[in-house]
Amino acid sequence: MKKLISLIMAVSLLTPLPVTAQDTMPPAPLAYQQLDDPAQEAEARDLMHTLRCLKCQSQSIADSDAPMAGDMRHQVRSRILAGEEPEAIRAWLVERYGDYVSYTPTVSSTTWPLFAIPVLLLAICGFVFASRMRRRS
Amino acid sequence: MTGVRWGLWIIVGVTAGLFGLFAYQLTQPKDEFVESAMVGKQMPDFDLPAASATRPGLATGDLADGTPKLLNVFASWCIPCAAEAPYLEELERNGAQIVAVAIRDKPEDVDRFLTIYGNPFTRIGRDDISEVQLSIGSSGVPETFVIDGKGRITHQHIGDIRAEHVPMLLRELKEAGA
Amino acid sequence: MIAEIGLIALWLSAALAALQLLGAVAGVRDDKSDIAALVRPAASLQALLCAIAFVALLWVFAITDLSVKLVASNSHSLKPMIFKLSGAWGNHEGSMLLWITVMAVAGGAIALLERRLPEKTMMATLGAQAFVGLGFYAFLLLSSNPFERLVETPIEGNGLNPLLQDIGLAFHPPTLYIGYVGLSVAFSFAVGALLTKQVTPEFARVMRPWVLAAWIFLTIGITAGSYWAYYELGWGGWWFWDPVENASLMPWLAATALLHSASVLAARDALRTWTIMLGVIAFSMSMLGTFLVRSGILTSVHAFAVDPERGSFILGLLILYIGGALAVFALRANTVAEGKRFALLSREGALVVNNIALSAILGIVLLGTLYPLLTEAFDVRVSVGPPYFNPVGAIFFLPMLLVMMVGPLLRWRMDSPGRIQLPVMIALGAGFATLVLVFLFADVTILPWLGLGLSIAVGIASFMPMRGRSLRRAPLSTWGMCVAHFGVAVALFGMSADSAFQQERLVAADVGDVVEVGPWTATLDAVAPVAGPNWTAMQANIRVRHGDGRDRPAKPQSRSFWSPAQETSEVALVTRWNGQLYVAVGNQAPDGRWQLRLWWKPFVTFIWYGGLLIAFGGALSLVGRLATDLRRREAVRKGNERRQDMAELHA
Repeated sequence: MKKLISLIMAVSLLTPLPVTAQDTMPPAPLAYQQLDDPAQEAEARDLMHTLRCLKCQSQSIADSDAPMAGDMRHQVRSRILAGEEPEAIRAWLVERYGDYVSYTPTVSSTTWPLFAIPVLLLAICGFVFASRMRRRS
Repeated sequence: MTGVRWGLWIIVGVTAGLFGLFAYQLTQPKDEFVESAMVGKQMPDFDLPAASATRPGLATGDLADGTPKLLNVFASWCIPCAAEAPYLEELERNGAQIVAVAIRDKPEDVDRFLTIYGNPFTRIGRDDISEVQLSIGSSGVPETFVIDGKGRITHQHIGDIRAEHVPMLLRELKEAGA
Repeated sequence: MIAEIGLIALWLSAALAALQLLGAVAGVRDDKSDIAALVRPAASLQALLCAIAFVALLWVFAITDLSVKLVASNSHSLKPMIFKLSGAWGNHEGSMLLWITVMAVAGGAIALLERRLPEKTMMATLGAQAFVGLGFYAFLLLSSNPFERLVETPIEGNGLNPLLQDIGLAFHPPTLYIGYVGLSVAFSFAVGALLTKQVTPEFARVMRPWVLAAWIFLTIGITAGSYWAYYELGWGGWWFWDPVENASLMPWLAATALLHSASVLAARDALRTWTIMLGVIAFSMSMLGTFLVRSGILTSVHAFAVDPERGSFILGLLILYIGGALAVFALRANTVAEGKRFALLSREGALVVNNIALSAILGIVLLGTLYPLLTEAFDVRVSVGPPYFNPVGAIFFLPMLLVMMVGPLLRWRMDSPGRIQLPVMIALGAGFATLVLVFLFADVTILPWLGLGLSIAVGIASFMPMRGRSLRRAPLSTWGMCVAHFGVAVALFGMSADSAFQQERLVAADVGDVVEVGPWTATLDAVAPVAGPNWTAMQANIRVRHGDGRDRPAKPQSRSFWSPAQETSEVALVTRWNGQLYVAVGNQAPDGRWQLRLWWKPFVTFIWYGGLLIAFGGALSLVGRLATDLRRREAVRKGNERRQDMAELHA
């Protein structure tokens, strides 16, 4: 859907989609190759679905054909294979690209409202519901 | 009724805030660059083989030899990289030491690129799987990093270098040397 | 000539909208006023003229009149006719004309058909419709004229992006637009009722079918868009919580809440201000979505090409209409009594929970979508994605489902727990059994696990309102509710099953290799080039077999278009009743092997079946309500006749 609408936009705005030059190198070994251990592969897959492809329009690296996404998948898989924890890999990438690279916001000085507001909403919901019910005759 | 009025005021406030935000964002130039969070930090450890027969490869140690350098992340298949080549040469003529990392590139392609567009680099590392690119928080080609004499990243320039960027990069280099 | 006719029709409709507004203002003051009598004809004529303008645009696209700028830049003489026509709305100007046309037709339909409300309320409603319409006419005519001529006629057009030349894509945008813009009717009714202080059950009954119709289109549009992304993107995802997707989901959430609160207002004369508010919010979300997509402030890739003038124009309209509606609301909210109170265990109690939960989900989607925009103002970039939306949304969605099981079983006003104990226990028991079974035999993360259990429980509970009733005599609208709720369960089951049991195989395969994924065996027989009209592709010929079943062909392609140059992945889908095998082919590795991506996605199709069931339930409900209305009208007419006869007899 996203691609669809962005395509419509692309067309409507008379912009050709960016034609990026293609490199001729084969993808990194683990870009399109699953890990042998299903448990490790599952760990890698879960992590890859929550990392942003920096070259694409809001896609995770697990959903993208961009060469850079492939290289990032290789990083993730090879680090998992080396025994690194998924969260350590995420931290490694966040250290390099900032929070932007991770789709999983963590509570920090810049993201706390993302978590505070739902809690507030929950409280408001409870309050509204309770007050409407209690005031019945 | 007070409940309704309170809710209403909250909605009015939120809506007004949103409109303000939209209006502000509409006036802002939109850049789609992802800045590296590594500026101000030490270069990570790496050791890349040579990407071209004409120059040696690149390792972390080469970046901490006391002289500030430019680190150009490029690729022979990238069109803006060709466009910025004259300005890299201009930088080199003005005394900048430039090392490079070639991303996802074959040696023969790099050689051809360097023959056509010039070779201002002292070292070129070969990064077939964007490993170094990822480890310095670069998200595309071309990008140019300023590294001080101790191997610390002090500045990142995203996109191709144009004429107006040359003095700015020279100034950054000078500051990195101080 | 045709283009000029279209443009004239458009200007005339704009003038009629102005007349409609003036007449409505006079009509609200005094409904006997002469000019007020012109309001309904003006609205109907406007619908006709807009339709003419739209047909004119279709016409210039059909004959590829390249002297029209829009055609020259978006079409090509050698395209198939269907894509020439869809090219008419596959661009900014054309889609804004579609927007206006849908709005005018909806306004005209109300003007022609709706006679149940007090005339003053209708005047205010049609006035609001005209007022909103005028803004969009101004936008279209002043900054996005679709009929603009070129000074010099080019020899050939620029063509349409090949990816837009997809039959599903041709009809997806109009479907979504009818939904988006149809909600303008809810907005106008809400404003009209508020202005004339007529927030009554009758108002809710009148508004409901219109909202329902828009909502059905919105549901189909979202479902189809999700399926399109699924087969077109090549990686098996069907929802990404992308800003543009969220922009279509938010009006749907608001409209769903509105449908439910309207039924409380219709049946029990409660939730008056709340229903009005939702009517305003639903269309506001449509406009907000349009703003986010058109202004490009959220989708960064194409941002450089977006005309800031257009963004500012739409923002201006947003401020005018949403701000205006809120102002009216603030002035009038005190004059609308909140209506009756009610017990926790009652139909309306459950509907209140539904409304609160849907609004909270709407709030979260809005927050998550706009939060990156907010932090960007402070030069901090963050990403909010599925790991945020899924669990946080579930906090409100899962309890809502529990209430959805119970709600339809409850009586209005007040009910006793004992009466609904048995059906609820049956449904909960089945759901709980599912949870236990899945827990014992599968390794599943918490959200899909809960989703599986709840979908079974809700699926069973959704038909419990039919228990002990004559199935034939149950009203069609009740059937509609049951089917729609069942659709929610079906979709949830599909989503949960796909997340829980999906199997993935990424391999580099030689010709002759056999790949296994889940219960499937796939044999790569050959990879051969094929050519299409404006593309070439490498096609993998794969034989797939489920268990010991028969061989079926799967032929995914890796396509290269040349104008503009672009690569796409055409996946092969092999559908069984219990899921789909998803096969995509990627590039060739240097050693000659081919990248194959295979997914076995159990019950994934249920997601879209569910979406269609929801829409179908809505349609049943709509037909049922319209039939009831017609019958009632007929009865009233007969009653009047009889009364007249009696009167004559007496005389």
